[in-house]
Amino acid sequence: MTATPSEAVRIEPRSTQPQAAPAALAVDGLSLSFGGVTALNGVSFTVAAGEIRAVIGPNGAGKSSLLNAVSGLYRPDSGRVWLGGHSFAAVPTDRLAALGVSRTFQNLALFKGLSVLDNVAAGLTHRLRAGVLAQVIGLPTARRERADAYDRAEALLAFLHLEDARDRPVGTLPYGVQKRVELARALVARPRLLLLDEPMAGMTLTEKQELTGCIRAARDDLGATVVLIEHDIGVVMGLSDRIAVLDYGRLIGDGTPEAIRNNQAVIDAYLGVAHDLEAGEGI
Amino acid sequence: MTDLALDKPVPPNAAEPNRTAPAARRGTVRPSPTALGVGLLLAVAFGLLPLVGSEYLFDAILTPFLALALAGLGLNILTGYAGQVSLGSAAFMAVGAYAAFNLSLRLPGLPFVVDILLAGLVAAAVGLVFGLPSLRLRGFYLAVSTLAAQFFVQWVFNKVGWFSNNSPSGIVTVPPLSVAGLALDGSVGRYLFALSVVSVVTLVVWRLVDSPTGRALAALRDHETAARVIGLPVLRLKLLAFAVSSFIIGVAGVLWAFAYLRTVEPAGFNLDRSFQILFIVIIGGLASLRGAFLGAALIVVFPLALARLGETLLGGLFDSGVLEMSQRIVLGLLIIAFLIAEPAGLSALLDRLWRRVAGRLAALCSALCSRFASNRSA
Ligand SMILES: Nc1ncnc2c1ncn2[C@@H]1O[C@H](COP(=O)(O)OP(=O)(O)OP(=O)(O)O)[C@@H](O)[C@H]1O
Ligand SMILES: [Mg+2]
Repeated sequence: MTATPSEAVRIEPRSTQPQAAPAALAVDGLSLSFGGVTALNGVSFTVAAGEIRAVIGPNGAGKSSLLNAVSGLYRPDSGRVWLGGHSFAAVPTDRLAALGVSRTFQNLALFKGLSVLDNVAAGLTHRLRAGVLAQVIGLPTARRERADAYDRAEALLAFLHLEDARDRPVGTLPYGVQKRVELARALVARPRLLLLDEPMAGMTLTEKQELTGCIRAARDDLGATVVLIEHDIGVVMGLSDRIAVLDYGRLIGDGTPEAIRNNQAVIDAYLGVAHDLEAGEGI
Repeated sequence: MTDLALDKPVPPNAAEPNRTAPAARRGTVRPSPTALGVGLLLAVAFGLLPLVGSEYLFDAILTPFLALALAGLGLNILTGYAGQVSLGSAAFMAVGAYAAFNLSLRLPGLPFVVDILLAGLVAAAVGLVFGLPSLRLRGFYLAVSTLAAQFFVQWVFNKVGWFSNNSPSGIVTVPPLSVAGLALDGSVGRYLFALSVVSVVTLVVWRLVDSPTGRALAALRDHETAARVIGLPVLRLKLLAFAVSSFIIGVAGVLWAFAYLRTVEPAGFNLDRSFQILFIVIIGGLASLRGAFLGAALIVVFPLALARLGETLLGGLFDSGVLEMSQRIVLGLLIIAFLIAEPAGLSALLDRLWRRVAGRLAALCSALCSRFASNRSA
């Protein structure tokens, strides 16, 4: 696997100011608890269209719970989620793809028995119009649709340097590659909003650099707004436009990397010793 | 939004030969070994066996094998591909068999092929009803709820005389098979009929599991949450799996009754039969079309082989009681062995063997070729 992004993925200057665009996602007073544990406590923030928005915080801070609430896997006790102009008390997971939202999971959520290509193409299945019978009989419309979906999936494999793994059962691949397959499956439908829960966990430095390029390209070339949960502060500072910081389910910081770097509450609660930041390394 | 990255046509690139001919690698151009093997098998099954096979071969081995393989195929869609456990297969066989019997009895004008299709649809409808719990339950709990189908259906056919035309014994004899005026009530005729039905259904199933819907079923099996998040209609897929699976198992029930036994009785479709079909799928290989056939072959041939073996080794000591018990024990051990040693079943085992044999053959060929070449140059 090459570490350099391909021609198409090369970073380009951003043409739009993210702050000027309307919000792609907003959460408003989101609270959620499990028994006695408060996972989210009145969290409110917005994600502007076209920005890369990091969510950071110590283990158990509620980051994954936040994404799960936004994708409808958890039902918040109170608060609302705004997605693409709609407001939800509980986001209907079945409609996420239609709303232009896709996500990856902290723990891999791939279809283990399927090949890499089938996993990625599955991300487009919700768009297919042909019914089962048309598919079984092999009507021209069904065949064309399918070929089109697989062409797009192949293009995305190229985009993420996954061609070599194309026909492998996804369960047999190394962890880092599987993570990338999941990103490919999320990207293949060209989401307007891409939610990534620790996409770089367990990756080597080279793999992280490569994936950083891919995420930036997803925004620059594919037009996705990105929400990214990540523990590696170096990656977060370099990649994101704005950062939201959670601690014990509460939003304790929200701003540009520079603002977060100098936010005393964040430093106290999470970043700990300031030189960790300068070193740009993970916690 | 710029689309430069993904919509650019891919230039043919000599350094990446595998990018240029995806069709060939999908096996649509050159007939694959699988296609050749299937063609050969069909030629033997349709052309050769009817000429040389004995009545015993058809009545005791091949026809029940075909019916059970079809039932295994049906269950495999539900369990192997869609990941939903079911212990109620025999109930859907019974529904198919009784539906076909009543259709042929009460609507004698209908061609038998229509009877089969309708019987399959009735089984699909019943399967849909008993598949409803799958929308809420999974794993062990779903398995238990499909047991309800097993016991309820058997109870209904026992209790309601109408289904068996008020036959006092509860056993009904089905009318002789005939399709389009062609009498198929001999051993060979019934075998050929079963073979035709199984071939057609298998073709359709192969198309189904290979379609985007088939992939979606596997996605549902492997990660239901992820399947929902990418917008797959999870509830609809589950119900589809139950309906298609029950349709096929219902048709298998028709074959079991009309082509194999020529009678119908509720006891023939008891829990033992459900487990037998589950074992076929497990031993043969989950999510493998071939697996259903391999598993069914083993389940049908194995008791016969064991009986022969027992007779030769133990003679009179090996009576039917001992036979039945030893069958259960050996089969149980076999299943445990499979679950431990080869969870992917006979199908995977065969794959491995084939690769080894093919490797040997290739090595042999190249050795012969090089010898030939060196002989010529000498
Ligand atoms: N399904 C659940 N059931 C019970 N408790 C949960 C559940 N999901 C999350 N929690 C609890 O909510 C709190 C927040 O968890 P969450 O997974 O959101 O943290 P996180 O910020 O993603 O942590 P990490 O960095 O370790 O992934 C934790 O105390 C966790 O135990
Ligand atoms: Mg988490």
